[in-house]
Order: sequence, then C-alpha cells, then structure tokens
Amino acid sequence: MSEDFKIEIVNPEKSFLSREDVIEVVLPAFEGEMGILKDHISIISFLKPGIITVYSKSGEEKFFVEDGIVEFKNNNLSVLTSSIFNLKDVNKDKIQNLIKITEDETNKSSISDQAKFLADQKIQVLRSIN
Amino acid sequence: MASLDDLKKRIASVKSTQKITKAMKMVAAAKLRRAQESAEKGRPYSEKMNNIILNLSSGISDKENAPKLLSGSGNDKVHLCVVMTSDRGLCGGFNSNIIKKAKSYFAKIAEEGKDLKIITVGSKGNDQLKRAYGDKIIANISFKESKHANYFDAEKVGKMVIEKFSAEEFDVCTIFYNQFKNVITQIPQAQQIIPLNVENLEEDKSEDSYEFEPDEDEILSNLLPKNISTQIFKAMLENSASEQGSRMSAMDNATRNAGEMVDKLTIEYNRSRQAAITKELIEIISGAESL
Repeated sequence: MSEDFKIEIVNPEKSFLSREDVIEVVLPAFEGEMGILKDHISIISFLKPGIITVYSKSGEEKFFVEDGIVEFKNNNLSVLTSSIFNLKDVNKDKIQNLIKITEDETNKSSISDQAKFLADQKIQVLRSIN
Repeated sequence: MASLDDLKKRIASVKSTQKITKAMKMVAAAKLRRAQESAEKGRPYSEKMNNIILNLSSGISDKENAPKLLSGSGNDKVHLCVVMTSDRGLCGGFNSNIIKKAKSYFAKIAEEGKDLKIITVGSKGNDQLKRAYGDKIIANISFKESKHANYFDAEKVGKMVIEKFSAEEFDVCTIFYNQFKNVITQIPQAQQIIPLNVENLEEDKSEDSYEFEPDEDEILSNLLPKNISTQIFKAMLENSASEQGSRMSAMDNATRNAGEMVDKLTIEYNRSRQAAITKELIEIISGAESL
C-alpha cells in the first residue's frame, strides 16, 4: 500500500501548490509543530507564523507562512493561508525587510498581547531562516 | 439639409469614435481573460473556507454562546449595505444593475422601519447613490490605484466592517455585487455576510467528526473574520470580471452602432453629392437651351 496523500495549499488569489505524492507534512500549528502522515485523523487547526515542510517523493520543500487554517480529511490536506512564499524564492533582503516591518509593529503600544506573541514568533522564524 | 462639408465632418467624427470604442473593446477583452482567470483561481479558497465553517458550525453544540459574527447580535435594527461597483464608467448596465438591486433593498428596509447605513466600494456607486442616500453613506472606499483586485484591499474593507460590527454600529451586513456568469450575463447579487447564513451553505455535509486544535469556539472566532474578508474578496473578483465583460459587450454594441451610422451618413452624403451634380447639370442645360 502506498504511503502518500494529497496536499493542496491555496491562497486567496490562486491555488499555490498541489501535490499528490506527499509522504509527510510538518505544520507550525497553533499549539506546536504537528507532523501529518497518511491516515491521520480528521483535524482542523490554525497555523502560526512558521515553516511548512512538505516531504514528497520528489523531494523536500519548505514554505514560510504567516497564518492559515489547515484541514485534513480523507487523506486530503488543505492549507488555507493569505501569505505564503517558497523559501527558495526569497532573498535575504526581503527577509530583512519583513523582519523590520514586523519589529516596527511590535513596538507600537496599541498592539495586543496575542498579536505581539505572533509577531515575535514571526521574527524568530524569519531570523532562523536568514 | 446639411451641407456636403458638414456630412463629411460628421462621418469622420463617427469613424474616430468607432475606433475608440473598438480599442476599448479589445482592452476589455484582454483584461476580461485575466479577471476571469483570477476569479476562477480564487474559487477554491472561498469554497474550502465555506466547507470548514460549515463543518465547524454544525459541530457547535450551544448556539447561544456562538460567536456573534455567526449568530448575529440578536437585533435586526440597523442594516449595513456594502455596495460594490467599479471605478470607471462606460461599461453598460454594470453599475446601474447593482445600484438598482441595492435601491430596491434599501426601499424594503425603509418600509420595515429599519435603519440603513451604506458603505460604497468604487467611485461610480458613490456618485449614483450620494444624491438619494447621501446622508446614509458612512464610508466610501475606492481602489483606483490597484490594477487588479487583490486580497490586501479586500482585507481592508473586511476589517472595517468587523470593526463597525464590534462597535455595534449595525446588526446585519449585506454585500452587493455582480456575479459573473458569462460575457453577456452578469447577475446582481445581494449576499448577507453578517450574521452568516449557514443554511445557504449546504454542500457536502460530512458525518465524520473532526479533531480540533485549539477548540471549536476559538477556531470559529478566528475564522469568521477571515471569512468576511474572503467573501468580500470573492465579490471583488466576480465584480472585476463582470465589469470587463459588461464593458466588452457595451463597446461591441457601440462599435456596431457607429458602423451603422457611418453607412447611413455615407448614403446621405452620396445622395446629396449626386443631387448637387444634377442641379448643376440642369442649370447648364437650361442655360444652353434658353440661348
């Protein structure tokens, strides 16, 4: 029996990624990292800023997401996110830029605790890939 | 009767108008293809979002404590209408169809004695509504700078709507837009987004239960604001495809009409030229005969 399942990552503008030969996906879920294998129980969860790693037969791919919702059902994994990019496609300048914007945001006094937590998380992740 | 020179000038002017409408049609056709493509590409996102929400809300046990975006504020007094139109004219009945639909809804609300608030998206809608409903318009948003409908803009509108909802400025929110069916047909739509109409979303209702992390309530309360932005974004995409489609068929008609007009004017021009020649000939002949 094959060990692979389907993944679809969509953002509001288009279907970002669609693979049928995925073996494992590691998601930055809200309450910690979560690895999904075939025949996982149906689950709905949130994403926090982090890296999605997709291990498929054709290799390994990494994506940075800021937020999102995941749904896993009948061996179909759907990831809905409004901001995602492939780590291969970005250069350091862009990441630096993102870090700077986020840092400015955390320094605002009006920011809520939860938003601050998420922004800190984002900075941490961005630093780690830089 | 107009002189030969006048006719000539008119033919030239109609011809140049025809050239313009033809060019506009071509531009609209090119833009339509792109708009249609992005409308189709955007569909999976909103469909998936709907599905998840449907699954979630059917799993919620006590409706009383459900998030307000889903269950409503309990009242039905103030209606907020988001009327989405284009920023540019010359697109046939596109804007007037939305306005007509919106106005009939406004009349219904007024009849029921409820309060009305309006947000217009796109400057054309604002122009048409401000005369009759100027005092009801609380905000006007236009995205003249952005070339394509993008999610960032939709989120701005969504955030504004949610902010006003949390401030209890309204109870029910409806968005008006044109749904793109094909190039000749666009259907004006009124879609209620707050409170969310779960009964309308009946798609594949699945029996299996989900595991939630964190719990349902928290997911729902995070998801619903996103859903509003998504619905608005979907409406924006449909709208931009409809606008281009509508413009294309309007310009096609205009080009054809201009062609007909040129034909008619040319016939008239030839006739009066012939008449002038005949008249001159008669003058010469009768002059020769009188000698």
